[in-house]
Amino acid sequence: MVSANRTTQEVTVGENFTLNFGPQHPAAHGVLRLVLEMEGETITRADPHIGLLHRGTEKLLENRSYIQGLPYFDRLDYVSMMCQEHVWCLATEKLLGVDVPRRAQFIRVMYSELTRLMNHLLWLGTHALDVGAMSVFLYAFKHRETLMDFYEEVSGARMHANYFRPGGVSRDLPEGLLEKIAAFNIEMVAHIDEFEALLTENRIWKQRTVDVGVLTPEDAIEMGCTGPMLRGSGLSWDLRKSQPYEVYDEMDFDVPVGKNGDSYSRYLVRIEEMRQSLRIIEQCIEKMPKGAIKTQNFKVSPPPRNDMKNSMEALIHHFKYFTEGFHVPAGECYAAVEAPKGEMGVYLVSKGGPRPYRVKIRAPGFAHLQGLDRMVRGHMIADVVTVIGTQDIVFGEIDR
Amino acid sequence: MTIPFLELLTLENIQALGWIVAQVLTITLPLFLAVAYLTFAERKIIGAMQLRIGPNMVGPKGLGQPIADAVKLMFKEIIIPSGASKIPFIIAPVMVMVPALMAWAVIPFDKGLVLADINLGVLYLLAVSSIGIYGVLIAGWASNSKYPFLGAVRSGAQMISYEVSMGLTVMTVILLSGSMNLTAIVEAQQGMWYMVPLFPMFIVFLISILAETNRAPFDLPEGEAELVAGFHAEYSSMPFALFFLGEYANMILMSGITAVLFMGGWLPPISTPLFDAVPGFFWFSLKVAFVLFVFLWARATLPRFRYDQLMRLGWKVFLPFTLLWLIIVAASMHIFGLVGA
Repeated sequence: MVSANRTTQEVTVGENFTLNFGPQHPAAHGVLRLVLEMEGETITRADPHIGLLHRGTEKLLENRSYIQGLPYFDRLDYVSMMCQEHVWCLATEKLLGVDVPRRAQFIRVMYSELTRLMNHLLWLGTHALDVGAMSVFLYAFKHRETLMDFYEEVSGARMHANYFRPGGVSRDLPEGLLEKIAAFNIEMVAHIDEFEALLTENRIWKQRTVDVGVLTPEDAIEMGCTGPMLRGSGLSWDLRKSQPYEVYDEMDFDVPVGKNGDSYSRYLVRIEEMRQSLRIIEQCIEKMPKGAIKTQNFKVSPPPRNDMKNSMEALIHHFKYFTEGFHVPAGECYAAVEAPKGEMGVYLVSKGGPRPYRVKIRAPGFAHLQGLDRMVRGHMIADVVTVIGTQDIVFGEIDR
Repeated sequence: MTIPFLELLTLENIQALGWIVAQVLTITLPLFLAVAYLTFAERKIIGAMQLRIGPNMVGPKGLGQPIADAVKLMFKEIIIPSGASKIPFIIAPVMVMVPALMAWAVIPFDKGLVLADINLGVLYLLAVSSIGIYGVLIAGWASNSKYPFLGAVRSGAQMISYEVSMGLTVMTVILLSGSMNLTAIVEAQQGMWYMVPLFPMFIVFLISILAETNRAPFDLPEGEAELVAGFHAEYSSMPFALFFLGEYANMILMSGITAVLFMGGWLPPISTPLFDAVPGFFWFSLKVAFVLFVFLWARATLPRFRYDQLMRLGWKVFLPFTLLWLIIVAASMHIFGLVGA
């Protein structure tokens, strides 16, 4: 009785207005549930709820061989697939201590950058759509489609490619693909200018993004932001430069850094990143060496098909690889890549045997989401949408 | 004792009434068709701008699409949320739809082709177009739901704000033409369309009608990314269709008003014998179509304003600017002795 009376008293005129933003909301980017407390249209508190897309990936990985675990990484951040595969491969290779052939490294770097482009195109499209610029969305998706075709050419799948392997990549590039990518590369430069023509100097776009969702450098570090979220705030931190993996140290590219830490800075940073990705892809195509595409240690990679017919050892390797999987020596390691959204890391614990003992995945979006409240407080409801867009949230990686 | 009402039921009066009804129908029925095909045009044009095809399956070239949409909506269930106030909930869409049709009474389609050639046509238009706000407000309130409520509050504020600057731009036209009769305004543009001397006002008016009809970049009341569908989030079936019809009828209406006030209504662009031979209705439709195209073009290109920015634009930019321009127009007319007879 008492509690019932109290609730009626609490709901008086002028009290905060609570709005359930999502999970079924066109701008919630998947299954984000945001409980907004508002005064009129001004946000006083934003409480993001997570867990609606939790699939227990980390636990599932403990019961899979290392190769079987790989496809789960495609499905974490399901718009930048190969970058997630990459981090799993790097972690596994670190424990295995195998060397990756140069050609495979170039292919991986090229596909990581194509993936970055793909992710940023999706981000640009949805961000612009949320802010109201409809057409950019469709333009961006059109080019994203071409990138998916490149995925399909190497892996047979448009999205969840499952292409990288511990020790290399699963198969070689088909003939003529590099020419296609080179042609796309040249086109894409002009297309990025097109997007910029629609948005960069657009007064409404600037009004909607400048000074919205400001993240100070201190806040960004404190909350563990990485990637464009960190660089938008003026901190030059990019794993590709600071601790280069694969052949990134041979690549000539710049790391764009924002100034104000607002949505507009992050927009400019990501647009520039797309340009830099194109540069890296171009260099990869130029320098692409010939040679093997996976490690020649057939304990951890499948032997050539032809050898199986006349080599007993190859047959055994093949059988072991595809049934039990390879054994990884006991140990712990952390590997991270600069995924399009930030630092994507895997902490891998092996006790020997074909399955990992424990896997912890560090998803960049998880850290970004906790900054949401700080970024939208005092802004209006329309800015929540801008901030969700600028954080480039994908729930697959946040909930894992 | 006689009943006064029955005395009015003479044959003459009934005939006159029938004549009016027939006239109303000749306006509204084509209007409904125009609304239906405006949605089609929108999807096709925006589709082309966005490198898509647009509807192309129903009927030849997809021309049956609007009909199919209408039929689909009609057969859907009318869902009334349990918390909603039923009667206002049902009345609200009608209140959006009807004023959009009523306003057409004073729009001159051609010389002499107007349902009611009243002297205060402009005032009537401003009055009737304001009524639509009530429908939106009531819809948002009666839904008893949060997103529609926010949408209704927004659209109330927005439509009232932009009515102010719209009214002031119309004032400059009235000053120049010296009449509030729409036919007279069109005829006063014989030599030069008002969009030329009043070009800044023409632009302000164009932007204001975007806001007035809740179209992009001012589609905040139904801003999909923020408020899901705004004031009509809880509506389905025919009530929803009525909002839709109302919005598009309003678009056509506002384009018609722009054509009449600024683009010389039914007048041809240049008075040559060939152009004069073309019926005025054709020119009028062409101008309406042009303004409608601008509507769609803006939607495909521009991001959405934020609520406070929209208010700022309305009150801090448009209002002072239109006021100033009104004074300039009035002063220059006085100086050059152009004050109407």
